[in-house]
Amino acid sequence: MIDYGEFINDKIKQVKPSGIRKFFDIAIEMDNVISLSIGEPDFKTPWHIREAGIKSLEKGKTWYSPNRGFIELRKEISKYYKRRFNVSYNDETDVLVTVGGSEAIDLVFRTLVNEGDEVLIPEPAFVCYTPLTYMAGGTPVVIQTKAENNFRLTAEELKEAITDKTKILVLPYPNNPTGAIMEREDLEAVSEIIKKHNLMVISDEIYGELTYGGKKHISIAELDGMKERTVIVSGFSKAYAMTGWRLGYALGPAEIIGQITKLHQYGIMSSPTTAQYAAIEALRHGDDDVAEMKSDYDIRRRLIVGKLNEIGLTCFEPLGAFYTFPCIKSTGLSSDEFATRLVKEKRVAVVPGNAFGESGEGYVRISYAQSLKNIKKALKRIEEFVEELKNESKG
Amino acid sequence: MDKLLEILSENSSFTPKELALMLGEPEDYINAQIREYEQSGVIKGYQAIVDWDKVPDAGVTAIIELRVTPQRETGFDSIAKRIMAFEEVTSMYLMAGAFDFSVMVKGATMQDVASFVARKISCVEGIKATATHFMLKTYKIGGLSFVEDDDENDRRSMVL
Repeated sequence: MIDYGEFINDKIKQVKPSGIRKFFDIAIEMDNVISLSIGEPDFKTPWHIREAGIKSLEKGKTWYSPNRGFIELRKEISKYYKRRFNVSYNDETDVLVTVGGSEAIDLVFRTLVNEGDEVLIPEPAFVCYTPLTYMAGGTPVVIQTKAENNFRLTAEELKEAITDKTKILVLPYPNNPTGAIMEREDLEAVSEIIKKHNLMVISDEIYGELTYGGKKHISIAELDGMKERTVIVSGFSKAYAMTGWRLGYALGPAEIIGQITKLHQYGIMSSPTTAQYAAIEALRHGDDDVAEMKSDYDIRRRLIVGKLNEIGLTCFEPLGAFYTFPCIKSTGLSSDEFATRLVKEKRVAVVPGNAFGESGEGYVRISYAQSLKNIKKALKRIEEFVEELKNESKG
Repeated sequence: MDKLLEILSENSSFTPKELALMLGEPEDYINAQIREYEQSGVIKGYQAIVDWDKVPDAGVTAIIELRVTPQRETGFDSIAKRIMAFEEVTSMYLMAGAFDFSVMVKGATMQDVASFVARKISCVEGIKATATHFMLKTYKIGGLSFVEDDDENDRRSMVL
């Protein structure tokens, strides 16, 4: 018998499986479950974008692309960032097209982190930063953001977390799971500290198109003196409903992108060719699609937030992404208990907040990337559930 | 398009309170707006969308193309008024193209519909020709899919 444990890397053995999955696995076993647990648009990729992919296949464009991605696509990405977020990147040297934003995150950690470097991760946050930092040899240091600050990162919290080993700050806004955004003044406050302590920022802007209430996403790279110490990671998945195409990018100083590209070259070679042709179309002619999807998300967001507050699951107004993060402490249940009982008793799947870090305990993530019809049904079931819990505690 | 109409035309079961939340407008405004639409005839009514294929003995539906001779003075309208008055007719449109009217008719059996066309519709003055098409299966009505396929089932998988 082979003891595979001896062969497997010690670090990977320490990495815990994602907590989001657990509830999905319960839900998939049951019938008639409405899933508000999924972090992916319910929309299909707009047809003209799909068609661009199909046409490229018909023309036989099935070879590798250049390592950094097609120059036409890099040009479009660079124009797009200038147009939407007012940051200029050189398409020759500052852009790398990756297999989803996820690859970009992994590459940036592995390129920047040395053994023992501390990486600051504001939580609740998407689950990949901690394990990827750890695998890159870094030490993840969690900053617990607070509900009373609408889960924004404050300058004080950042200052407190910095040691002489701190090298990188991850800035995951608009935020999954809370829906929090960072406004200009919030970014200005933290950027002073970032500069003072000579940190690099990994700004995960995958939800940058999805902001509401008249707020526009501000990239920290737009702020004075910040572009040179920021690597932006983003992609096409959320804005253009292109999750399955697996396409993202990293934008940053030429020197860093050059080093990241080596890793990408050896590990991946190049991103999917078909997806790149589709993405060119998305950036050239996709603005209206984004606006339309965003308007639909916004209607659902308002309904969910309003109803949850009415039901008694208090919920600050999320201004980004497609998640709400209601507080469930009033029910007396833990996040895990709430999510487990809700799916078992009422067939609605949500994700317990603690799957996104300890500071998410007492909350659940509810995704509104789901049809209005199903959201309406799910809210009714959640209302019944909370009512029944109240009667239980009375009885 | 007006968002309120867009939402109601897809699903009229939202309460004014819900609509107010969704659109970020006061409930009074929503109520007033709906009343105005109803009074001015923009909103004609509210109906359930029924999958009759699932209802036993629900009868048959046919679409009948009509070619007609427009009448002096009144054109197509006077003929349309006579035809739409039959209670068997559930919808009716004036069309551009190879025929003039498209008339949807419901009946208990195919014979009923056939005899209705022969005895009632064909006899209306100005009718030149009819062609009856029976519906076999409903795929979509009012933006709602009647087919249990990918659109209805959430096939997204949890990846992380």
